[in-house]
Amino acid sequence: MNILPPLKSTLKLTTLVVSVTLTSISTASAKDTGYIFVSSEKDNAVTVLDGKDYSVVKTIKTGDRPRHLAFNDDKTKIYAACGDGESLDIIDISKLEVIDKLDDIDDPEAFDFSPDGKYIYISLEDDGALGVIDTEKKEMIQTIEVGEEPEGVMASPDGKSVFVTSEVANMVHIIDTTSWELTANIQVGKRPRRFAMTPDNKELWVTSELDSSTSIIDTASNTVKEVVKFKPKGFRAEDVTPVGITMTKDGKTAYVAMGKANHVAVVDIASRKVKDYILVGERAWNAELNNDESLLFVVNGLSDDVSVIDTKKGKVIKSVPVGRVPYMALIDD
Amino acid sequence: MIKTMIREKLSLLLLSLTVLTVGFLLPVAGYAEPDAGKKVLNIGFVELKSDPRYKKKRVFARFMGQALGRPFAGAEVALKEIKFHGTELGLSFALQHVVAKKPEELSNKISELYTGGVRFFVLDLPANALAELAKTQREKDIVLFNTSAYETALRETQCQPNLFHTLPSHAMLADALGQYLISKKWRNVLILEGPLAEDKLLTAAFSVAAKRYGLKISEKRPFVLSNDPRERDKNNVALLSNGDHDAIYIADSQGEFARNTPYQTLKPNLIVGSEGLVASAWHWAWDRHGAPQLEKRFEKKHKRPMTNTDWAAWMAVKAIAGAIQSTKSTDVKTLSSYLTSEENLLDTFKGNASSFRPWNNQLRQPILLTTHNWVVERAPIKGFLHQTNNLDTLGIDQRNSQCRF
Repeated sequence: MNILPPLKSTLKLTTLVVSVTLTSISTASAKDTGYIFVSSEKDNAVTVLDGKDYSVVKTIKTGDRPRHLAFNDDKTKIYAACGDGESLDIIDISKLEVIDKLDDIDDPEAFDFSPDGKYIYISLEDDGALGVIDTEKKEMIQTIEVGEEPEGVMASPDGKSVFVTSEVANMVHIIDTTSWELTANIQVGKRPRRFAMTPDNKELWVTSELDSSTSIIDTASNTVKEVVKFKPKGFRAEDVTPVGITMTKDGKTAYVAMGKANHVAVVDIASRKVKDYILVGERAWNAELNNDESLLFVVNGLSDDVSVIDTKKGKVIKSVPVGRVPYMALIDD
Repeated sequence: MIKTMIREKLSLLLLSLTVLTVGFLLPVAGYAEPDAGKKVLNIGFVELKSDPRYKKKRVFARFMGQALGRPFAGAEVALKEIKFHGTELGLSFALQHVVAKKPEELSNKISELYTGGVRFFVLDLPANALAELAKTQREKDIVLFNTSAYETALRETQCQPNLFHTLPSHAMLADALGQYLISKKWRNVLILEGPLAEDKLLTAAFSVAAKRYGLKISEKRPFVLSNDPRERDKNNVALLSNGDHDAIYIADSQGEFARNTPYQTLKPNLIVGSEGLVASAWHWAWDRHGAPQLEKRFEKKHKRPMTNTDWAAWMAVKAIAGAIQSTKSTDVKTLSSYLTSEENLLDTFKGNASSFRPWNNQLRQPILLTTHNWVVERAPIKGFLHQTNNLDTLGIDQRNSQCRF
């Protein structure tokens, strides 16, 4: 039905440097280096910043156009989706270098691990499909056709389904992880991009870049129950293009990067009210909290820097230059 | 090796799934193959066989701004993008491609499609044929999209309520160029104008833009495409370009003269208009707002770069499906009023949510200022502001519009 044979270019998943198998990773331990890892689309690199003074510790060369970054489950490695390199590069945090890669993935963009770590769900932008990679076999075991330009991917916490946005179909698709079938297509605001799940798993928030909004999906009924519109002062609706979203662990606050509007919205989750808009750099793209949630790192795609926000003060305390067209930050603390 | 393994595994899996489906016939919430067992909404696509704009020789020449093929190609790419747009209504979309031999047949072709239930028509027609056809369709409950005629008059004196335009007008393109030149303070412009009626339209649009943005047109000189030594003053670019100007605007709708103007001027002048820096609806090199993804999809299917008119046809099909998705309706009246409503925001893949101007049904949109292989700037250029929508700094604004529906 909806299952397609894997596309030719997504078939071959080879290992360049077979050094560490994924099963043995669990024996290693997280380092909590305090480093901040930032992918830069046009530098083909991940910049590593010191967590205290934000100086550049190292620039790690990756495949072409690295975008989404994610830790493996014990935080010893970082996976980086390299869109033009057609690979998922695996960075060893203790070595600060690419030690392995999953090859021949056609234009990977965003991805998420299944809760048990067995699978990587990855949006294949050019193919209009979601790919499923078996992390142990290092094989693409499934591709599922969705709307064109899939972007945000999130595995449901119970492992039973995967959510994926289609920027072109204006939809969130839900895929069942046993049958690999589409079980729901939920229409949301235009050009949906990224997800955040409330800690109680009851609400899935999805940003819509062309609708200056976040749609809130009720996960019990798979329907949009509310929409939060963003209207930072002095900006017209067409300049408010939310993309990145992250939430605090207590489920009280969501931070949404406003894209072209150069601000981050601070949303009170319970009341749906935007409490504050914090000025950051140009084209605020993705936003990530550190572990104790005292700092928010906002990646600015058009000013090639990262804004570091003190979340208590609600102010930028530092702007750190990184590579060209930075996409996303990940904090190892 | 791995490839074969996976292939085998997958075919096994597919086989077992097929068996499962046949065995139990349990459609998962009705989201099976998008077009299996669904109602089909047909979109008409109408073009002219003898359209001189797509003559082989002309396409081969690749003048700037020139279509590199029929825009139906763009509609086909859009069709794939809208496969989920009809989900809630249980609809799938299809294109009915009709080629008329002569302009006189067009009206009948539309009627035939209408009888077959088609209400949305994407038109790839030259301005004259389009204007003639549109007049005959004025009272019908259909929606027409102009995707290949730039003539501003179609949006103004010849406008009508059921005719929409996804392609920018000459006026919009000229304004984009005007903004660029003045933002660089390249104020003094010489116009070299060709003999064709369409060339005059280009000059007219640029003259309005020049006035709007404070450029000074130093002189307008006619050119001819010839090697006649008796007409040297009109065919020799060095002689024609003599004088003191910052830029030279070439008004050449055909492109053959324009092509040979850069580097031929007496002084090191900048060439704009039909050559050099050209205002465009689309360019393969635009690398923001998801444009490379669309370009890749287009090139994968059609093995050539996407051009202005391909983009406009793509946009028209997307506008139809987007309206149906948003209104959850297929009623022509509902949809045509939604098309020009404020909430109908369209993604042009050029940034800025775009929408149709309710006063003349023109899609307001960013315009790209392009060279052969790059987009130098995107208009509206930073700093050009409008009281309601900055995109309306390009083209005919409400208060200047002569369109009365």
